[in-house]
Amino acid sequence: MSTTPNQNNFSKGTDLAVIILYFAMVAIGILCIFMVEFNPNINWSNSLIAGKNSFSKQIYFAIFCGFVGIFILLMDSKVFTALANISYGVGIALMLATFVLGKNINGSKSWIPIAGGFNLQPAELCKIFTALILAKFISKPETDFTKIKNHLIAGAIIALPAILSIMQHEMGLALVYSAFLFAMYREGLPPVILVVAISFAVLVIATLLLEPTILAIILTIIAAAFILSMVKRFKRNRNSILVVIGIWAICFGTIRYVVPYIFNNVFECYQSTRIYSMIGKEYDCSQNKKSASASGKTHGKKPDDYNVKQSKIAIGSGGFWGRGFLKGTQTRGKYVPEQNTDFIFTSLGEAFGFIGTASFLGLYLFFLFRIIRIAERQRSTFSRVYAYSVVGIFFFHIAVNISMTIGLFPVVGIPLPLISYGGSSLLTFTVLVFILLRLDADRQMVLR
Amino acid sequence: MALYNSNRGGIIQIIIGFVFVIIIGQLVSLQIFSNKYKLAADNNAIFRKIIYPDRGIIYDRKKRALLENSISYDLVVIPNEAKGVDTNALCSILRIDKDEFNKRMIEVIVKNSRVKAGVFEPFLSPELYAQLTENLYRFPGFSLSERSIRNYPYNTAAHVLGYVAEVDVNFLQKHEDEGYEMGDYAGMTGLEKQYENVLMGQRGVKRFLRDNKGKIQGAFEKGQFDTLAVAGRNLYTSMDVEVQQLAEKLLQHKIGSAVVINPKTGGVIAMASSPGYNPNLLTGNQRRRTIGSLLTDTARPIYNRAIKGQYPPGSTFKPMGALIALDEGLITPSFGYNCFGLYTSCGDPRKCEHHNAGHAANLQLALANSCNSYFLQVFRMAIDNPKYHNAKQGYLKWKEYVNSFGLGRKLGIDLPSENKASIPDTAQYNKDFGNPKFWNSCYMLTLGIGQDRMTATPLQLANAMALIANEGFYYTPHFVDSLEDEDEDDKALLAKFRTKQEVTKISGDIFKIIKEGMHDVTVYGTAAGIKVPGHEYCAKTGTAQNPHGKNHSLFVCFAPKDNPKVAVAVVVENAGFGATWAGPIGGLLMEKYLNDTLTAESKTKTDYLANVDLMPQSIKDWYVRNNKTERLTPIEYNNDELGDVWDMEMVSENTSKPQKPRDTIQKAVDSNLNKTSSIPPAKNQTILKKDSAALINKKKKKNLKPKNVNHT
Repeated sequence: MSTTPNQNNFSKGTDLAVIILYFAMVAIGILCIFMVEFNPNINWSNSLIAGKNSFSKQIYFAIFCGFVGIFILLMDSKVFTALANISYGVGIALMLATFVLGKNINGSKSWIPIAGGFNLQPAELCKIFTALILAKFISKPETDFTKIKNHLIAGAIIALPAILSIMQHEMGLALVYSAFLFAMYREGLPPVILVVAISFAVLVIATLLLEPTILAIILTIIAAAFILSMVKRFKRNRNSILVVIGIWAICFGTIRYVVPYIFNNVFECYQSTRIYSMIGKEYDCSQNKKSASASGKTHGKKPDDYNVKQSKIAIGSGGFWGRGFLKGTQTRGKYVPEQNTDFIFTSLGEAFGFIGTASFLGLYLFFLFRIIRIAERQRSTFSRVYAYSVVGIFFFHIAVNISMTIGLFPVVGIPLPLISYGGSSLLTFTVLVFILLRLDADRQMVLR
Repeated sequence: MALYNSNRGGIIQIIIGFVFVIIIGQLVSLQIFSNKYKLAADNNAIFRKIIYPDRGIIYDRKKRALLENSISYDLVVIPNEAKGVDTNALCSILRIDKDEFNKRMIEVIVKNSRVKAGVFEPFLSPELYAQLTENLYRFPGFSLSERSIRNYPYNTAAHVLGYVAEVDVNFLQKHEDEGYEMGDYAGMTGLEKQYENVLMGQRGVKRFLRDNKGKIQGAFEKGQFDTLAVAGRNLYTSMDVEVQQLAEKLLQHKIGSAVVINPKTGGVIAMASSPGYNPNLLTGNQRRRTIGSLLTDTARPIYNRAIKGQYPPGSTFKPMGALIALDEGLITPSFGYNCFGLYTSCGDPRKCEHHNAGHAANLQLALANSCNSYFLQVFRMAIDNPKYHNAKQGYLKWKEYVNSFGLGRKLGIDLPSENKASIPDTAQYNKDFGNPKFWNSCYMLTLGIGQDRMTATPLQLANAMALIANEGFYYTPHFVDSLEDEDEDDKALLAKFRTKQEVTKISGDIFKIIKEGMHDVTVYGTAAGIKVPGHEYCAKTGTAQNPHGKNHSLFVCFAPKDNPKVAVAVVVENAGFGATWAGPIGGLLMEKYLNDTLTAESKTKTDYLANVDLMPQSIKDWYVRNNKTERLTPIEYNNDELGDVWDMEMVSENTSKPQKPRDTIQKAVDSNLNKTSSIPPAKNQTILKKDSAALINKKKKKNLKPKNVNHT
């Protein structure tokens, strides 16, 4: 079990199932982009060589990513533990650099232009670095992950790039960082935190759905009922009554101040509008503090739910069997905006119907469960934390992306892993997967 | 530590699984249980273009087109795409204001939704069309759409041909599965309605794929769902444009109707109803301006009196009365009645115009002299026929005969809303006179001379003439002889017009007697003044009493006497004697059809008759009161019930009064035909003084609208 030359165990310990799934999904992605761009009047072989359209670019990205994958598999696992801290530092530095060098694409200034017309999005890459440093931190022998202090440190590691993303107006990317909760939960984060997080989410949604006063009355009634039903217990323990009142006060504060604060000060006007439109309400942008500074120049003229409407129409029109390859009228007519990036799922849904979408989701589910299995068979904490980070990131992307195309989640711009068009995104997920494969190949080793 | 938390991997799997289940659930609801998305997608991306085929053409017997198609353009708009329109420019071109613009836009949206093209301004004039094509780029969402409209080169036969109009909600409900859409046109009356399925053809639909900017991307699925337009088929009718035009011309300034039938086939040669209207007034953008005034005109120019007008047939019924008695064997041609000028057998005496002895010594004489007493007696014999036990049975048998002659029932002509007129039911007499035991032939005596409650349409009278001309059978009257490319279904449709309807067992010899009697009418009888150059003909005049003022003038005839080729019925309302007005009209129509041309003398007569104004005073007064010109305005043309009420009144008040002596009629005939400008022109002059305003209007109208242009 000593380190042998890489050539010898290049393919020996790697998980074949994950590799096959990886290539299958990249292929599906290229197919979907082809469907979106298909135009019977254009000669495909010519444009493939010219590399001018997204479809051919994605093929070049995929080939490049293949080489990156092989390169990673040839590396020594120890490199990842060794470079975890430095890479994180570089990542944060790159993100800070975007504020100076950044190029404005689709309203967010998070891209750094590099040679050949390609742009790099450091926030994407930072996910990898964050996963590595988190794994490194938790796997350190002196870290006792049952202590609150360490939870807070881990939280801070995750929060830094997330906050930088928010400052770059990349709400979706920032949200992705919450995916690390999975890994932290697996390593000992008390479930209470998940419960609190979920309760908070419920409370926010309730605030949006109901009138604040009515909600306050309901909360007060629940608290009062709670106190009355447990009168005996409270007699014995005076403090517990204070706990109930405390929780009530926090809830009250949340609906009265925190939620309006988030919508008016943290979110952009269009984000608040999207969330409100999900539940069929209108958001008054004049309340939004940010709308004054970052004016509404960036949004299109079309109504905010236009994307989701068209996306639902495209997916819904696929029916059970789908319209068939290249026969989607909505895809051909370019009715769904951003269809080869954030809304790539619609072309699949329209062309292959429920059969297609369900098997596609099945493929993803299999992929995620496979990685969880890999995670659980690791001997080193580093590998396991890293594997759970990968699961979390993939899961979060898939769930949020698909949910937003079918109208279950507000539209936040995050890509569908391995499917959506985009070099940065494809490279990020490739690196995530192949580092995992590399670590898994060395699963008998204990990495620190 | 790993072991300590290892169950958490499972929990994470459960969370992931749970989220996937929710996503799958939403996909099921979107993709499987909801087809509104599919519809929305088609609305988005598939552009259906309807290809309208040309409607079939209607030809007359000499293959002249009674109507044709011409192209007109509509300005159509897709409201959703009409953004950034230069409204001011558009309004000034169309000469409308902003409010009207908004109003029309809302109308289009209500009718056709936002994503389909709706008509914004129909039937553009050529100038407007030119102006709009130049400026169309300024009005996104607007386009010009071609539409085929009817025009009528001969300006004639409006009632027969009918008109096409935009379908309304009621129509769409009635014809739900026949593929009509809002904005389509369909035949609403006349042959256009009757043969809608044949004339319409089959619309084609082309489907195109369009992108989010409305740009056409190409045919949808390579056109495999497209349907081709099939042109409407032509109708070949038995009509004759020239006879039709002559009939309409002769009936000008009169209220009445004329029907000309070919007895050998049942084909209708001409059918005129007056007042009428120029069919070109109801096409294109003319329609909007004229339809209202046509519908509200008290003289009802849209009402087809030839198939809906109910007139007491008067003396024109007498030959039929004789037929019944002959077929039943009650009389023989030698049967005579000793008439001395009055019929007294039923108490209250009924007058006959003749009192010289022997004027009804046999059937032929009685017919020629139109002896009232003779036919009242024959009627009574039929009702009181000893073969049937009582008057009711006898009456029922008599009614059966009359119905079989085509009176009192719908003949089944190929025009919509034919009226069956009235041969009264025994129930009506039971109501008036109580139990049938207590009533007898005397109670409805004047049925025998075509009065009482008997009414008939001009078509039925013409058909009855065809029956006599053919000596016992007729073909159901019809316009359409054949269709273009007839298939089996069409043959079945037209079969009833090609079947002989035999109704009597009377031998040819006996029929000869009736024909001779009717021939005598034209030799020395009431119609002696009316000649058809080159032909012997048979006829019967009628002067029917009615509760609406002056007697109706009726005339039925067929010619030539041997081997008849044409049968005619003419009614002129409230005009007076049958031989004075209806008679000459009938004669001219026969002459025109048989000789294909009119003699110089006949042409003079035509011009005279065409200019005689016999409009009832009440209608003239109405025009003056309402400040309108004559014949552009009737009531409820489509409402048959109202028509019925109007006519039933007339029937119920129609009690049998003694008729005026025949010789006065004869005098009138002579004076009118020989000294063509004696009484009627004088009458006209007085009218001129009274209603000068109305006449001036009329003159103006004549100058403006070419009408009944004779193409001979």
